[in-house]
Amino acid sequence: MASADLTARDEGLRDLLALIEPTLGDSLLASSIEHGELTLRVPVPQIVRVLTYLRDDPNMLFKELVDLCGVDYPERERRFEVVYHLLSLRHNQRIRVKVATDEATPVPSVVEAFSTAGWFEREAWDMYGIFFSGHPDLRRLLTDYGFEGHPLRKDFPLTGYVEMRYDDEQKRVIYEPVKLRQDFRSWDFLSPWEGSGGLLPGDEKAKA
Amino acid sequence: MGVSSAAQAPAAPAGGSVDLFQQVDEGLKNQGFLVTGLNDLVNWARSGSMWPMTFGLACCAVEMMHAAAARYDLDRYGVVFRPSPRQADVMIVAGTLCNKMAPALRKVYDQMAEPRYVLSMGSCANGGGYYHYSYSVVRGCDRIVPVDVYVPGCPPTAEALVYGILMLQRKIRRTGAFVR
Repeated sequence: MASADLTARDEGLRDLLALIEPTLGDSLLASSIEHGELTLRVPVPQIVRVLTYLRDDPNMLFKELVDLCGVDYPERERRFEVVYHLLSLRHNQRIRVKVATDEATPVPSVVEAFSTAGWFEREAWDMYGIFFSGHPDLRRLLTDYGFEGHPLRKDFPLTGYVEMRYDDEQKRVIYEPVKLRQDFRSWDFLSPWEGSGGLLPGDEKAKA
Repeated sequence: MGVSSAAQAPAAPAGGSVDLFQQVDEGLKNQGFLVTGLNDLVNWARSGSMWPMTFGLACCAVEMMHAAAARYDLDRYGVVFRPSPRQADVMIVAGTLCNKMAPALRKVYDQMAEPRYVLSMGSCANGGGYYHYSYSVVRGCDRIVPVDVYVPGCPPTAEALVYGILMLQRKIRRTGAFVR
């Protein structure tokens, strides 16, 4: 994207933020405009009010909840973040709303405001164990029936705890503790774009 | 293919040659009937009409569709995809087998009538492939059902699948017996 485009978009987002700030007031913890995207941080109890306002206000009309997902930051005190992505077709704007939570703090469900949030929240519950209060049917969405644990948490091992095979005596599929025939291979994940300071092997010759 | 005329009974090469057709033709013209081993006849019928259970799980299923479509046209080999396990002889496990799907796969396999064969298609079905270390993927569908032919690839091309089916035909012909 050309930088002129980005500046123009930032301008639009700043106008949008100027409209939002007076209304939300103290229920807005922080806001930022980065990479041409507007992000709001709000406290957990306020999330339904904020999303309903963004949906209904004639200046906003963010009628579409594009995505709702969880993020795990184990180093933080409140380790989980729930991220809401909204789209306003009327004003051609997008907005991102974040709340921070942990295993014990339930997040109010936004199903009443956006019915699509139903499965999104089920997925976030399944993958991270983020509890949504007021959800009509908070079951696991993706993992197997009777699955234990929340696999996208950073402290969940990649291979999990159990694996599956067919037992010929019981005539059914059973779970067993994981036994890997082949050790997990430790690849070198040093990325030339992030890890080694942007130097690809052989780059030093070009400078000399 | 083991079918031979009454007059002469040389072992014809698999796949059928012009000679074989001439022999069959002459046999029919002269005597009006053919004589062959029952095993041969059964194997010929089994390998000539392998009806697979449609079991597409992931991207491999797209290659399976290619193999079934006009260009490679599996119908030529008598391979007709069936929507019901009760009508199927072969199950092509095409794609990643997840833990949640495994009981269903086994149930479908159990519903198939004997003799039944399983063709594992692609890295994921063969041994977990890309998802080998995942918490939710079965490390090879041979943990759940007995597999006859493994087709490698990620995904295997339609040609590879056709080759795998031909290998399965050969296996049926060679191991041919009434009871497996």
